[in-house]
Amino acid sequence: MLIRLKVNGEWHTADAEPQASLLYVLREHLGLLGTKNGCEQGECGACSVWLDGEMVCSCLVLAAQAHEREVRTVEALAGPEGLHPVQEAFLEAGAVQCGFCTPGLVVAAADLLARNPSPDEATVREALSGNLCRCTGYVKILDAVRLASERLRGRTA
Amino acid sequence: MDILLPRTLDEALGMKSDHPEAVPIAGGTDLMVEMNLGHRRPPIALDVHRLPELRQWRCTDGTLFLGAGMTYVRIIRELPGFTALAQASRSVGSPQIRNRGTIGGNLGTASPAGDALPVMAACDAEVVLAASGGRTRALPWHQFLVGPKKTAIEPDELILGARWRVTRGPGSFSKVGRRNAMVIAIASLCLVLDEDRRAVRVALGSVGPTVLRVPQAEAFAAGALAEAGVWDDPAALLPPEVIEAFGERVAASARPIDDVRGTAAYRRHACGVLARRALRWAIEDRQAGPAGHGRPAGSWGARC
Repeated sequence: MLIRLKVNGEWHTADAEPQASLLYVLREHLGLLGTKNGCEQGECGACSVWLDGEMVCSCLVLAAQAHEREVRTVEALAGPEGLHPVQEAFLEAGAVQCGFCTPGLVVAAADLLARNPSPDEATVREALSGNLCRCTGYVKILDAVRLASERLRGRTA
Repeated sequence: MDILLPRTLDEALGMKSDHPEAVPIAGGTDLMVEMNLGHRRPPIALDVHRLPELRQWRCTDGTLFLGAGMTYVRIIRELPGFTALAQASRSVGSPQIRNRGTIGGNLGTASPAGDALPVMAACDAEVVLAASGGRTRALPWHQFLVGPKKTAIEPDELILGARWRVTRGPGSFSKVGRRNAMVIAIASLCLVLDEDRRAVRVALGSVGPTVLRVPQAEAFAAGALAEAGVWDDPAALLPPEVIEAFGERVAASARPIDDVRGTAAYRRHACGVLARRALRWAIEDRQAGPAGHGRPAGSWGARC
């Protein structure tokens, strides 16, 4: 079936199988490989994207449900002026090891900081609770979110 | 597989009537998991997520109506005064899951572990169903949830939502699981006090084929609160042995099984612990008053 959706500001049409997930369409039809396919059960958060502004697991969205709707993926975070502050902070804090969970965690962290620029640690942990990382033990990821939060506040101050 | 994308409720009900085999999909947090794992391939999926009629809630004439399309994140944001409901919603999955999962999905999936179900049971909710041609009916929750993953919905019906009479009094939802997120309950409990009727209502999740109410333990607790004078004087003390006995009665009413997430014995034990804590919290909440403990103003006095 033909699915028309706006991804990172551009309209696309994909001829997808009816049972395809939004994740499948993003990766296999549109070639956006930043969004990762981890568990396909909503457990790992590696496929996190924004659908009409709300962060969701793209593996749990039927692609047809995104028809005529707006999707933002991790690829939209970096702009012409460089990386998103969350991405910079992940690099600087060493919050990346194998990197598979990173796009999902970056999306979850950016989602949190957009709503709450100064979250306390419990809020950060809660906001990242849908994203699994099997390498880092999360300590440096939490450091990165703290760093990004400081920088974002610095910018708006 | 075919996909139906109705734009209005009427259109959706017409489609369901023409294609009773169509499986509704809202947030996809249950159905997509089964489809992705190859456990299920419905012949037709009917997308109900964008139906505006299902995405609303109303608080009128003392009754709260929650549209089937209400997501957990919206309940947390828009209905924080309904403490037990908001707590249950916060305990669902993760932010990603709470952004998508809906009350209607919890009802339709009818898992004994559905997090919002004990709240609806403790509130004596009715499930509102609709079919094309303007037919609607309301079933009490216990007539709707008839077994594990079994409901009394007819093939031509869709879930419109759930409604219940709003009562005055504290309440809570609590849940035992292996971690604090992304967890299917091993045992869960909702306790609400109905100040006006001087009643205690308790529902258990994940410890029976469906959500369970525990009438004998409820009557015991209401009687004990009366005997100790707590209904009239929030500062009156409830003897610890009474709270202990309440926990034992709740545990005895559970009907748990052994499964991958826990043993029946552990689940029964957990019910007792959750029951004692919930009763203590309710008593503390009464002492603190409706806006105590940093809750939104008028919290347990949320009225419609």
